[in-house]
Amino acid sequence: MTTQNLTIPGRLARRRAAAENKRPSWEEPPSVPGRLGKGVVLGLVVLAVTFPLYVVVVTSLSSTEAVTRAGGLVVVPRELTLSAYVQLLSGGVVTKALVVSMGVTVVGTLFSLVITVLAAYGLSRPGSLLHRPLLFVVLLTFLFGPGIIPSYLLVSSFGLIDSYASLILPTAISAFNLIVMRSFFMGIPGELIDSARVDGAGEFGILTRIVMPLSKAVVAVVGLFYAVSYWNAFFNALLYLNDNNKWPLQLVLRTYIVQAQQLPSGAGGIAASPGMNLAPAPTLAIKMAIVVIAVLPVLLAYPFIQKHFTKGVIIGAVKG
Amino acid sequence: MRRCSVTTVAEARRRTGRSSRGGGANWRQRFRKDWPLLLMVSPVVVLLGVFHYFPTLGNVIAFQDYSPYAGIRGSEWIGFGNFARLFAEPEFWSALMNTLTITGFQLVFFFPIPIFLALLLNSVLSVRVRTMIQGVAYLPHFFSWVLVVSLFQQMLGGSGLLAQALRTQGHGAFDMMTNPDTFLLLVTSQAVWKDAGWGMIVFLAALSTINPALYEAAAADGANRWRRLWHITLPGLRPVIVLLLILRLGDALTVGFEQFILQRAAVGAEVSEVLDTFVYYQGLLVGDFGYGAAAGLFKGVVGLVLILVANRFAHMMGEQGVYSKS
Repeated sequence: MTTQNLTIPGRLARRRAAAENKRPSWEEPPSVPGRLGKGVVLGLVVLAVTFPLYVVVVTSLSSTEAVTRAGGLVVVPRELTLSAYVQLLSGGVVTKALVVSMGVTVVGTLFSLVITVLAAYGLSRPGSLLHRPLLFVVLLTFLFGPGIIPSYLLVSSFGLIDSYASLILPTAISAFNLIVMRSFFMGIPGELIDSARVDGAGEFGILTRIVMPLSKAVVAVVGLFYAVSYWNAFFNALLYLNDNNKWPLQLVLRTYIVQAQQLPSGAGGIAASPGMNLAPAPTLAIKMAIVVIAVLPVLLAYPFIQKHFTKGVIIGAVKG
Repeated sequence: MRRCSVTTVAEARRRTGRSSRGGGANWRQRFRKDWPLLLMVSPVVVLLGVFHYFPTLGNVIAFQDYSPYAGIRGSEWIGFGNFARLFAEPEFWSALMNTLTITGFQLVFFFPIPIFLALLLNSVLSVRVRTMIQGVAYLPHFFSWVLVVSLFQQMLGGSGLLAQALRTQGHGAFDMMTNPDTFLLLVTSQAVWKDAGWGMIVFLAALSTINPALYEAAAADGANRWRRLWHITLPGLRPVIVLLLILRLGDALTVGFEQFILQRAAVGAEVSEVLDTFVYYQGLLVGDFGYGAAAGLFKGVVGLVLILVANRFAHMMGEQGVYSKS
């Protein structure tokens, strides 16, 4: 590579990456068994995560014959079909649970994000009235939780049993997310905020016009953290929802896969008469398709979470 | 573990950044200036008050013969009656023992793995390979416990992939998901699968703060790879390791509720009952609220004491601790 090439940005980046990838001259080259061992261990780590997912996806896409021939889970894909997904998504328990989970996730995430942003900003102005005791109120939640039974009694005394609000309100705030966002807001240069104040902006105006545009990355990360936790939530629903007609996907997944039981496809929950609309026993492909549906949103959101992990820094907002 | 590193950062910021606004101004003036900020914080304070602090007070039913119909005001106060019953109950001690056994086992077989993986990954030179492996290894952290248990069942359960392969080889039945003898191993491997990769983050961050010049100087002095690891890398990681160890010890009574509630039916309560599931089954499902709350309160109070003691201990050892004394 010649020096002229350095002006081309792509080359420059590659060159820089190559330098970063190079072993420093003082370091001795690793032994062959050492390199081999490292490769094997890291390869196993990757395989341990990806292989089960691969098997589940392939099985969910396999025809009944292919599953029978394999004697269960399918490793080598043959005779692929989408029939399991078509069956699951054409109405019934899983479709309904999917709608519930998506609804709770969207509404819950928006709610949590809005109040977290507001509180994080409200606590981020140094020296403001009462900000220390209020911050303490937030931080103290790390040290102890209210406990299962008092929480249950509270939710039930509010009449929130069997309501979707019970899946959102009790766990709407993550103190961790709030603190992350607050630290980020505190890193925004005070000059920016003071100059907006001089221009006559109020606190709400500063938050929406100055702070938010600078904080897209952290808002995205915190939003995705909230979304993933709402999507994965299982315990709130187990505790507060008796009516299995309202169950989110995670509880349906537990019933079908972990407990290997079935839910009545009609209404009525536990009180449903036996034999009423009991769906035909789900095939293995259908079970695996439920697993895939449960994991897919996480897999889709993951690249965005990962992309923003590193973007915790604010770049040159104030010049000079 | 993540929470506290952030907390300390926030503390530090707070200490350096305060008093840039008029400190001497009287309350009314400050209120006139700051009321929008207070308004912004209020939804969170109200929610935490209602759903965190208020039910925490509800733990007083641990000292009552609580009846849902009579409520807290109408129920009879019985002092430490629930606790006396609790401590006389062998199942409670069994749940406590299970919890401590699992914590101890995971301390030995889970805790070092993220450190080891982070060291290994840090020695990979190619940035692209490193990012790729990190991406894959962090992923299971974002899966729900239901999903993790489902996947393990499909791999190691009675009709799982391993059992399937053994069957075609002519071996007998195999089912790790219902075997009480291997339950400890099972839950630990599940925890490792889900969170060991994610656990690397803290250590990778700590590794990146070690000054590379130290390594070069040591190499120039003739220290080989292992001596550099011992004299530079590990001392560099020590504060983080101590911090995480404290947090784990402080959390000794918490081993993850969902993981155990999901698998209790399959392996039986004898090995899988932990304190949290004990509260759920013996208190909530039976409707014995006061008794269950007593078990929950016991766990909460002992947990709080543990974390405070662990933190004090860390200060004595000259480490930073979870939160600084101020």
